Amino acid sequence: MNKWESNRAWLLVLPVFVVVAFSAIIPLMTVVNYSVQDIFGPGNRVFVGTEWFREVLSDYRLQDALVRQLIFSGLVLLIEIPLGIAIALTLPARGWKVSLCLVLLALPLLIPWNVIGTVWIIFLRPDIGLLGVFLNSVLGIKFDHTAAPADAWVSVMMMEVWHWTPLVTLLAYAGLRAIPDAYYQAARIDGASAWAVFRYIQLPKLRGVLTIAILLRFMDSFLIYAEPFVLTGGGPGNSTTFLSIYLVKLAVGQFDLGPAAAFSIIYFLIVLVFCFIFYQALQNVATGDRQ
Amino acid sequence: MARIDLKQIAHSYEAKPRGDEDYALKRFDHVWQDGGAYALLGPSGCGKTTLLNVISGLLAPSQGRVLFDDRDVTELTPERRNIAQVFQFPVIYDTMTVYDNLAFPLRNRKMPENEVRARVHEVAEMLELSADLGRRARGLAADAKQRISMGRGLVRQDVAAILFDEPLTTIDPHLKWRLRRKLKQVHERYRLTLVYVTHDQNEALTFADQVVVMNEGRVLQMGTPQELFEKPSHTFVGYFIGSPGMNFLACDLVGEGARVAGHEIRLPPGIAERARAHAGPYEIGVRPEFLRLNRGGGDNALPVTVVDVENLGNFQMAAVRLDGRTVYVKLPEGAEVPAEQGSLDLPPEWTRLYADGRLVE
Repeated sequence: MNKWESNRAWLLVLPVFVVVAFSAIIPLMTVVNYSVQDIFGPGNRVFVGTEWFREVLSDYRLQDALVRQLIFSGLVLLIEIPLGIAIALTLPARGWKVSLCLVLLALPLLIPWNVIGTVWIIFLRPDIGLLGVFLNSVLGIKFDHTAAPADAWVSVMMMEVWHWTPLVTLLAYAGLRAIPDAYYQAARIDGASAWAVFRYIQLPKLRGVLTIAILLRFMDSFLIYAEPFVLTGGGPGNSTTFLSIYLVKLAVGQFDLGPAAAFSIIYFLIVLVFCFIFYQALQNVATGDRQ
Repeated sequence: MARIDLKQIAHSYEAKPRGDEDYALKRFDHVWQDGGAYALLGPSGCGKTTLLNVISGLLAPSQGRVLFDDRDVTELTPERRNIAQVFQFPVIYDTMTVYDNLAFPLRNRKMPENEVRARVHEVAEMLELSADLGRRARGLAADAKQRISMGRGLVRQDVAAILFDEPLTTIDPHLKWRLRRKLKQVHERYRLTLVYVTHDQNEALTFADQVVVMNEGRVLQMGTPQELFEKPSHTFVGYFIGSPGMNFLACDLVGEGARVAGHEIRLPPGIAERARAHAGPYEIGVRPEFLRLNRGGGDNALPVTVVDVENLGNFQMAAVRLDGRTVYVKLPEGAEVPAEQGSLDLPPEWTRLYADGRLVE
């Protein structure tokens, strides 16, 4: 009887196990499998051990892409998090304006990612684009994201900030609305300045949602592919070639499955490590006793 | 420390209040004497918190003036009024230590750091927080947090009054008495004006010298717990204070007495005469504690049917029917209760007469 019961328990877990297997374990193991073999064709492969990992780690193009990626994600966090909080603080607290503002803010989040790239290509074109014409013809600033690396970076950053700051704003806004009125009333009675209210009430109370915002924005920006791929294609030169763009070139463009697989695993581990660090750091901010 | 006068105060949350019902506070005058411990008692939504916020300045009243020691403070912000308020749940600054929490109001007022230290240590000593000064405030128990919110009010010199908005609601029962005792001590030491909002009558009656009963945006009565118990000035006060509340029976006036359900009873001399000056409807009110239940006869009695008797430990609670109304009678433990028919004895000295809800004196 006991034996039967425990068997049935396994059956109940089976669906989850199958789903996880197909969604995570099997693909990941396939990648691991590729990363330790040199594949010439179907049924024709050689075990190479850690050779691909060593090769990929010493690849200067990959190192460059990693540096670019870190700068990109760093800038994204530095701009979007403060900007998102600032916008959330200026939003109205009640009334019909709330719905209007939230809908307007959420619009960029509803657009498919490759469409966003296309929209910005047209927006930035020096001959017909709204911003492109304004910068080049009206202000007289020479701006071409397909020619100058700096312009390409500015373009990608603008697009990214426009696209994803609303997410940070929405999260921060939800967090702000969850702060009970009594905190603000107590602060008024204590004579706190607006800055003190932000520093000692709002920011600490936003810690939870900001943790989520930072993790999401870091992961998404670190894995960014579609928007810069459509907008700049990684160029000019390699100036906006981020890790995922380089990875796709390696795997699909050159069909180097071994190095691409090894690279994928390293990529995965980097994201994991960073997320762990951010999470730990944010969880421990101002929670320990002063020694 | 200050005497607080409310002159013709009224408040509505509507921009354009149309009738009386749009007012959360209906126009009234009130005086809180300097150094008094007041409890503000009333059901949820009766305007207690609104009144408190008007006193502290978090809310500007739609009409009327607020005076602290004859100084008009109606237009002043909460921090300029120099008032302290403790909220329903503890408001503390999570990221700060207990010391920084207590020092916060002083630092905001640019007090020199050595004076801040002296004040904080004095208040921490009083509130038994000295040992925790270096700790983060967020790790503390709820009652300690409430003591911190109180301390942030007390550190400021010459606080006009401390207002409490149901401060014990979120505190565990076994910690409540500790905090309440602390409140008493603070009051005895500093002789501050304390206004304490609650919907718990036991809390109000044990804490305060004077209890203010509110209902539907009005102050109905202010008095000592004993006055509220013995002479409720309004039927609501009688019914709200006490467990169960006062019994009320509709009556007509006949000569010097009243007729209840076809039976005449005596009233204290002169009362019926004075009642005729007021419009009806008339009701008599008697506390369950003062009623007596006999087998029959009796001096000033009404015939009743006994419906139910509950033994509640050191007393018995009898429910009797009189002309379709239920009347509660509190009887001593072991008192004999008639089985079905009995007579209800109304001592004239404890029988109050109400005209249109108001006590006739």
